Amino acid sequence: MTAVRRLLTNWLPVYAALYIGFLYLPILLLPVFSFNTSAIPKFPLTGLTLKWYESLPNTPALLDAAWNSLVVGVAASIVSTMLGICAARAMTRYRFAGQRAVSGLIMAPLVLPEIIVAVSLLLVLLQLGLSLSLFTVVLGHVLICVPYSVTVLISGFEGFDRSLEEASADLGETAFGTFRRVTLPMVAPAIISSLLVSFTISLDEFIMAFFLTGTDPTLPVYIWGQLRFAAKLPGVLALGTLLLVGSFILLTFAEIMRRRATRRTQNAGGAFV
Amino acid sequence: MTAAAEGSPPLRATRSRGGPLLQSEQAQGMALISPTFLYALVLLAVPILVVIAHSFWTQNYLTIDRTFTLENYRVTLTEPIYRDLLFRSLYISLVVSFVTVILAYPIAYFISFHGGSRKNLWLFLITIPFWTSYLLRVMSWKVILGYGGVLNSGLMGLGVIDEPSTAFLYNTTAVIITLTHAWAAFAILPIFVSLEKVDRTLLEAATDLGDGPIRRFLRITLPLSMPGVISALMIVMIPTVGDYVTPRLVGGKDGVMIANAIQAQFGKASNWPLGAALSVTTMVIVTAMAGITVFILRWAARRAR
Repeated sequence: MTAVRRLLTNWLPVYAALYIGFLYLPILLLPVFSFNTSAIPKFPLTGLTLKWYESLPNTPALLDAAWNSLVVGVAASIVSTMLGICAARAMTRYRFAGQRAVSGLIMAPLVLPEIIVAVSLLLVLLQLGLSLSLFTVVLGHVLICVPYSVTVLISGFEGFDRSLEEASADLGETAFGTFRRVTLPMVAPAIISSLLVSFTISLDEFIMAFFLTGTDPTLPVYIWGQLRFAAKLPGVLALGTLLLVGSFILLTFAEIMRRRATRRTQNAGGAFV
Repeated sequence: MTAAAEGSPPLRATRSRGGPLLQSEQAQGMALISPTFLYALVLLAVPILVVIAHSFWTQNYLTIDRTFTLENYRVTLTEPIYRDLLFRSLYISLVVSFVTVILAYPIAYFISFHGGSRKNLWLFLITIPFWTSYLLRVMSWKVILGYGGVLNSGLMGLGVIDEPSTAFLYNTTAVIITLTHAWAAFAILPIFVSLEKVDRTLLEAATDLGDGPIRRFLRITLPLSMPGVISALMIVMIPTVGDYVTPRLVGGKDGVMIANAIQAQFGKASNWPLGAALSVTTMVIVTAMAGITVFILRWAARRAR
């Protein structure tokens, strides 16, 4: 029996290490080949170069796409966080009839095939006579981001001590004053975390942007166009590496913020997802 | 308490400002959630209803003929090309969801039972790859599995094969590997959450009563973590059926999925009603498949006990 137990406790860490390797292998290959002199991504590496990175700022189409993505990302993250605040607050603070159905609909984009959400939205927008633009991309991205915002914000709002707000009201503060001076400071880290997470999602989102974009491509749509040309691959890998580093920094920051939010409201770590 | 309340007029003002309607918990909750709800209603629920409506109409060059017809569904279900694509998509999503969950379970278990104080770090480590560009992750698999790719050059370097193999890329397996990688985090998190809820004292009790680690796992941990396993399966199965990027980049001719056909109908072919019927059929069938999977798993879990 002890032999079995030893095997059971020993194979798991090995498996965990292998699994992490499997998860990171494709991601770590991007930076490796982006520094390689050969345009064809294969081993053995031919030499170290920064030329793919140097060519990036000289590509106007890329810079335009990056700017479009930035605009869309900022807009989508702000709207999705505002909608997320309403929903997360309502879900954690109140109990009301139909709550399950309502939150089910709000969270639905998380479990629906994205292409179906995208084509339905496309169909309606075209029927309404709206022309496709960055605005329609924002509409789609908000839909996709809201479930993530709600999840992040709920973990920040849960366990929030309601008596603090009641105390504030008892001391004569208005509802808005209570929100601004008591609630907001407590949940600010969760809000920042939600902004960062939805910005990251919007920055990377492809399907919605692919269907809903007009003449201005976002970064993933631009990358999609470039993937057809084998010669453009190293440039795309270099761009991908920069995006990878950017997302990593944003998400680390978001995670720190979310943990701070959890600690502030619950005085203890240990709530995930 | 009453004296204090009477002594502070602003309080009364605050309490009565909302009027009697907003007094109730019900109304306040609904009012607060309504902006988000309306957004999802107008931009998700209504569009899906519009798609369902379109699936019963006909494309008449540039206009839509709104006479009720089942022709689009007949085409979807009987034309060999669409039927094959549907079957393949369902097969791929079924395999991907099970493989992903089976591979993810030990990791979730490891983090939950052996993660110690580093649980958060482990979870962060697992979610990072998922946050990086989806397009580039798929692209990276193309680089790994390709003719001159990493896998081929690696195997040749090791002397396992003499010349590069074309067997790795542009087929169903390549799609399955790529999707399994892409959805890993979505499977790990729900399983982890349900494992965290397993009452550890039950395990101690089982040990005290003479159960070995395997019996203990099969009789306590696995059944109690079933809700997490089931939601992980659903979270992976339903969205993967409609994946567009992976089949396009690594699927080749044999890995084309239904999403590619849907895109074609809304794009070049410009037959919205047929595209709508394909979308609705996909949704209905994958939901049915998910339902059957849940039913079978629950039944099996009951039988096992």
